[in-house]
Amino acid sequence: MSIINNINKAFDHRIKLGIMSILMVNDYADFNTLKELLGITDGNLASHTKSLEKDKYIKVEKQFIGRKPNTRYSVTAFGKSAFNKHIDALEKLIGR
Amino acid sequence: MKSNKYLDDISEIKNMMSRSSRFISLSGLSGILAGIYSLIGFVIAQSRIKIYLEPKEVLESTQPIAINTAQLSIELFTIAIVVIIMATITGILLSIRKAKQSDEKIWDVSSKRLAVNFLIPLVTGGIFCIALLQENHVGLVAPVTLIFYGLACVNASKYTLGDVRYLGYANILIGLIATQFTGYGLYFWALGFGVFHIFYGTRMYLKFDIKKI
Repeated sequence: MSIINNINKAFDHRIKLGIMSILMVNDYADFNTLKELLGITDGNLASHTKSLEKDKYIKVEKQFIGRKPNTRYSVTAFGKSAFNKHIDALEKLIGR
Repeated sequence: MKSNKYLDDISEIKNMMSRSSRFISLSGLSGILAGIYSLIGFVIAQSRIKIYLEPKEVLESTQPIAINTAQLSIELFTIAIVVIIMATITGILLSIRKAKQSDEKIWDVSSKRLAVNFLIPLVTGGIFCIALLQENHVGLVAPVTLIFYGLACVNASKYTLGDVRYLGYANILIGLIATQFTGYGLYFWALGFGVFHIFYGTRMYLKFDIKKI
C-alpha cells in the first residue's frame, strides 16, 4: 500500500505530468514554450499551472522582455523531490 | 489494468523531457550526405593538387597558365567552402522535413540551444585556425579543425541525439593523431568529415529515422 501512497494525485493528470516533466529538465520554460510543447490552449495551461503553483510545486516569475510581458515557470525544490518520488512509485508499480 | 496507465505516464514523462530539452529532428541522412560531399570534395582536391605537383603536364599542355600556390590555396579553400555550405543546407532542409513529419517546430528553444552550443567551439576553432595561418602553421589547420569540430559535436550532443557525442569523440581522436602527421591533413579530413559522417549518419538513420517511418 505504501507504494500506492507515493503516487501523487497532483501529477496524475496528463498535462500536469507534462508540465512537471518539462520543468524537471529545463531551468525554466515560458508560457508559450509550454503551450507549444503540450499542444494545449492558453486557458487550459493557465489553470493547470495555477494549481501546480498553489501546491508550491512550481514557481512563477512575471517579467517584461522589452514591452512584452513574459511569464516563466520553474520547478521548486519541493516540486522536484515530490516529482522524483512520483516517478519512483510509477516505476515500482510497473515492475521495473 | 491500471499498470497500462502508469506505463503511458512514464512514456509521456520521457517524451516531454526529451522533446523539451533535445532537438531530435536531426536527420541521420544529412550526416550521410555530408560525408559523401566531403569525400567528393576530397577527390576533387586531390586531383587539383596532382595537377599542381606535376607542372610538367601543365607545361606540355597547351594551356598557358602557371598554377601557383596561391591559386591552389584559393581552389582548395573554395572546395572546402562549397562542401560546408552544401552540407549545412542539406542538414537544415532534411531537419525541416523531419520536424514536419513528426509535427515539431524547427526553430524553437531546443534547436536554438543546439545551434548556440554547437557554434561556440566551432567558431572558436575557426578563429584559432586563422591565427594558425597568420603564423604559417598550415599543417596544423586540418588537425585543429577536426579537434574543434569534435568538441562542437560533444558539446552539442547534450541537446540532441546522443550519438553525436561519439562522432565528436572520434573526430577529436583523429584530430590529435593528425597533429603528428601534418603532411596528411587532407586524408584525415576525408576520414573525419567523410567516413565518420557516413558511419554515424548511417547508424542514426537506422536507429531513429527508419523506426519512425
